[in-house]
Amino acid sequence: MSGAPGREAALGDGWELVVGLEVHVELSTATKLFCGCANRFGDEPNTNVCPVCLGLPGSLPVVNAAAVDFAMRLGRALGCEARGAVFARKNYFYPDMPKAYQISQYDQPTNTDGRLELPGGHTVGIERAHIEEDTGKTTHIGGGGRIHDADYALVDYNRAGVPLVEIVSRPDIRGAEQARAYVRELRAILLAVGVSDARMEEGSMRVDANVSVRPAGSDELRTRCEIKNLSSLRALGRAIVYEAQRHVDLWSGGERPRQETRHWDEANGRTTPGRSKEDADDYRYFQDPDLVPLAPAAETVAAIDAALPPLPAARRADLAADGGGAVSAEDAALLVERGQDGLVRAAIAAGADPGVAATRVANDLAVEDWAPVTPEGLAALVAMETSGRLTATQSKQVLAEMAEGGGFPDAIAERRGFQAMAGDDLAAVVDQVISENAEAWSRFCAGDEAERKKLAGFLTGQVMRATRGQADGAAVNRLLAARARSRP
Amino acid sequence: MSGRITRDEAAHVARLARLRFSDEELDELAAQLSAVLDHAADVEALDVTDIAPTSHPHPLVNVTRADEVRPSLDRDEVLAQAPSVDDGQFRVPPILGEAP
Repeated sequence: MSGAPGREAALGDGWELVVGLEVHVELSTATKLFCGCANRFGDEPNTNVCPVCLGLPGSLPVVNAAAVDFAMRLGRALGCEARGAVFARKNYFYPDMPKAYQISQYDQPTNTDGRLELPGGHTVGIERAHIEEDTGKTTHIGGGGRIHDADYALVDYNRAGVPLVEIVSRPDIRGAEQARAYVRELRAILLAVGVSDARMEEGSMRVDANVSVRPAGSDELRTRCEIKNLSSLRALGRAIVYEAQRHVDLWSGGERPRQETRHWDEANGRTTPGRSKEDADDYRYFQDPDLVPLAPAAETVAAIDAALPPLPAARRADLAADGGGAVSAEDAALLVERGQDGLVRAAIAAGADPGVAATRVANDLAVEDWAPVTPEGLAALVAMETSGRLTATQSKQVLAEMAEGGGFPDAIAERRGFQAMAGDDLAAVVDQVISENAEAWSRFCAGDEAERKKLAGFLTGQVMRATRGQADGAAVNRLLAARARSRP
Repeated sequence: MSGRITRDEAAHVARLARLRFSDEELDELAAQLSAVLDHAADVEALDVTDIAPTSHPHPLVNVTRADEVRPSLDRDEVLAQAPSVDDGQFRVPPILGEAP
């Protein structure tokens, strides 16, 4: 599932990948960052706008207290220092910001110097997590949707002024899989502290990747390219692999990459050049004279720390401890990511076998709404499976019905006519199948491993047919092996 | 620092703001901008060793508002002030290049 070491696509010999991620996250406040307009996705264009977010003359921004609180909660969850901060204007001329500047934080951001530990153990430094306002949405019309051929553009300012936190990692990421694990872990933290819904597909979480390569073992930082338009974890991974290889090819051929912004082209699986990266100087940052500094009191920071919920890393550790070593790291990561760790831990507390409970939920409860599954119900299901009353296949089906509100597992199993066969009945069926398929049986007993496996599949299939699927496949296999051993 | 702005620098700043000026205008603006920087240089000459940096003339911090929705403007009224409108949105000239 996450950050499995050794699965990274290898670059050419002697090269190392260097990636830093910039993640923009929309905060789920009720209102925008500097005005009382609703922060709501999907409304009719230009209905959540006012003099402040339209940049009309004479309007003045006032900071949303909740946005600052949310940003600090995230910062503390990432182990950042909470600092006094100053808002700055980032000046640029583009119609997505009607003021001709975006209010951000520059040299004095709210959060600095944090870290994010990946489930596999690798730690990625967080340089900063600063507050800024989102821009409006421009839609290019005509020219087949391509920016450069457009006839005109339409602008919707509902999103202009929505509070964002931009989380900037240090260039500590060494592979595409690690980058994906970083984003997954960051998303899990965002959901845990409850400051964003962090949906990549809806744009409330947007990821840009700074990619460069260097000779393995060196600590230099070579020319990087910033990859934009990464709208899924899959795109993020593919784009990093592609871009890194492009750099290796350039360096190997005696050329050097140009520092620029590039776009990920999902359909063609490549990056294409965008604009040359502007210097920070060109944005002419300066402190916004309309806003006074933020200076969080020590008590404010302490209160935020005290109210932080258990974070994903701690929850994985708790689940592992309750599981006594029987819960795999992959299952634990997935369960915490989906918020199902509480259910599994409660089922374990109610007596469920930890490994079976974790695996059953991780593999077979990937549904949006699993609220009807209670810890007691899950524990009962796991008990039915471990005692042999239900086969694994039957158990999955019962769990699915439990999630749909079907009730307790024994009632569901009875309704569906699920009764794993008692051991003696099953043995009788196996013996009958052996005698009816004498040739296959001899080949099974005499065959090598591959032959044996093939014929075991055939014989098990015959048993399943005879029992109309009510036999436990694992039990059948055990019986076949036992009969083969005791064959005269 | 002398604070002189060259015509090229003035032209660069004008380009960032998507403004076009004649050479004469650029020379005039360069002189005016230089005068502003000269004034800042006068302040720079003061000895401020013992004065803490100040980010703002007001002795205020943490001025915030509660996260409560206030009424937005009427869309028709907002769009009535735009030079061009289409489909409930502001219509603007084709934009060369993407957002910075």
